Amino acid sequence: MLRFVLRRLLESIPVMFLIVTAAFFMVRFVPGGPFLGEKALPPEVQHNLEAHYGLDQPLWRQYATYLGNLCPKRFAPQRLFADLDRDDRWDFDLNAAFGINFGPSLKYANRTVNEIIAGALPYSLELGLWSLLVALALGIPLGVLAAVRRNTWLDYLCSGVSLFGICVPTFVLGPLLVLAFAVHLQRFNASGWNEPLDRVLPSLTLGLVYAAYVARLTRGGMLEMLGQDFIRTARAKGASETRIVLRHALQGGMLPVVSYLGPAAAGILTGSFVIERIFQIPGLGREFVNSAFNRDHPLVVGTVVLYAGAIVFFNLVVDVAQVWLNPKLRFED
Amino acid sequence: MLRLSPNPDRLPSPAPLDPATLERGSSLGRDAWRRLRKNRLAVVSGLFLIALLVACTALPGLLGLSFSAADAEQFLPPGAGHWFGTDLLGRDVFARVMFGCRISLAVALAATVVSITIGVSWGAIAGYAGGKLDTAMMRVVDIVYSLPFTLFVILLLVFTDSLAKRFQLGPTWNLLVLFVAIGAVEWLTMARIVRGQVQSLKRMEFVEAARTLGLGHGRIIFRHLLPNLLGTVIVYTTLTIPGVMLLEAFLSFLGLGVKPPMSSLGTLIYDGQLEIETHLWLLLCPGAVFSLTLLALNFLGDGLRDALDVRASAD
Repeated sequence: MLRFVLRRLLESIPVMFLIVTAAFFMVRFVPGGPFLGEKALPPEVQHNLEAHYGLDQPLWRQYATYLGNLCPKRFAPQRLFADLDRDDRWDFDLNAAFGINFGPSLKYANRTVNEIIAGALPYSLELGLWSLLVALALGIPLGVLAAVRRNTWLDYLCSGVSLFGICVPTFVLGPLLVLAFAVHLQRFNASGWNEPLDRVLPSLTLGLVYAAYVARLTRGGMLEMLGQDFIRTARAKGASETRIVLRHALQGGMLPVVSYLGPAAAGILTGSFVIERIFQIPGLGREFVNSAFNRDHPLVVGTVVLYAGAIVFFNLVVDVAQVWLNPKLRFED
Repeated sequence: MLRLSPNPDRLPSPAPLDPATLERGSSLGRDAWRRLRKNRLAVVSGLFLIALLVACTALPGLLGLSFSAADAEQFLPPGAGHWFGTDLLGRDVFARVMFGCRISLAVALAATVVSITIGVSWGAIAGYAGGKLDTAMMRVVDIVYSLPFTLFVILLLVFTDSLAKRFQLGPTWNLLVLFVAIGAVEWLTMARIVRGQVQSLKRMEFVEAARTLGLGHGRIIFRHLLPNLLGTVIVYTTLTIPGVMLLEAFLSFLGLGVKPPMSSLGTLIYDGQLEIETHLWLLLCPGAVFSLTLLALNFLGDGLRDALDVRASAD
């Protein structure tokens, strides 16, 4: 198991390297630098700005410096959740925790990309986690019920919800939920992220789509498991139906869901761009889209690297969970 | 697996040995068509899609609809004159939805062609070559599959957008980039499925025969293996289009996809949700057309899968 984890960790290094390289050079070759505003700057000012941010150096040296700044230098993840500036929010200081330094932002004067990420990431992270929770907490029970009560109204409800989730995209569902629950029923705020209740509508909007997929996958996985011999054995031993479903079948039935978690996380992450826009949440997705328009190179690359790193890490966890859940995989390699 | 010979159950019973019926047999296409016709949901979906295609290509011309003419009062609710009402500038929403459908479907079809081309060649080559090349190619698919590749599409779009500004390229250029960018992301499932099929097909006798005849690898892949994959490819094409349409609408919603003066269903939905509290139909009409299209494509894809009897696992 340890060897498996180590191998997967090693494999993710070239992947991250490729992503950093691709993102770095892609934004560098975008014509129209970050300092091109409404008015053209005087050449001296432009020159000084470029010198200040090190943009006058040869490209390969900029790249080497950047890679050096990105390399993790320490491992103190607990510092992410410290609150040194006492603003009652986690610091999320990637430099203090891992020694990762994304450099200064070109558009926000005197702010580093690390600071911007630290300010925006908690919103996106919370939104993502709540949505994932919605997806699992709605999808798994629905899928299990549909498999156990196959071809009853519960099963049809499950497929109905799945179809709905697949065909009604978040950017249609979100505004409709706002209209129903915020404007007409006045239960929630239409936008913002201040009160605890403000989490409900955005997470629901983003999570429902994935709940639909999770329900579908759970149903399939459970149906396959319930037809297996060991279920018959458990029945023969006189185990109760609840125990059979929850203890024996669910473990194997979850496998398709677990392997779907990786793509789901990537989808939730990009899906949050739209959600943050609809609900005016000051998260990282909004910063990313804006920075891409603003040509704020360090912020763009920093966000891409951070997102990719998060996804790669999440996939690693998912792979380990898969091996842990499925005894058959343990003896391979 | 595709059925390569007529199903023995369907051969005529030996009693009336009429040579005419004996020779007719039952082709894969005819079998599939008969099964598909029995699936009412798939037929309705297919008819809906055909109707939508015809409507959005022919109706604007026939009815003299204009996509930009602001000749009515603003915010008229849906009614006899304007089926989907009018928008902020007094433009007919029905006309805009029809033109938006045109763009969305065009992007969807073109991007799907790109994605099939990449996916089928990638999967076929990997499956046919086997060994280390196969492992390496499928590892790439695994990695890309697990990455937030939409980020790179956004980067690519921003990149080409500023290129277009510098060289004064028109909106057609923007659409072209959109095709390629979306197509470059949505090919992964196709590659996996085609690879699995090729792996089992390449051990069959007809490939052996082709090899004995001295045919090159390229010819075997593209002339002998791919035609046998047609059913699979058709099914997964139908199921790829909804993904492509969603991505296009997602990008357009963020302001990165289709740019004004053109509009797609995604931009119409974005415009609509801005006015949702007072003028619900501006969101509902394009949203409903979009959702129904996705629904129909999904039903048709599932129907085709059952009809063509494609049993391919995703990996």
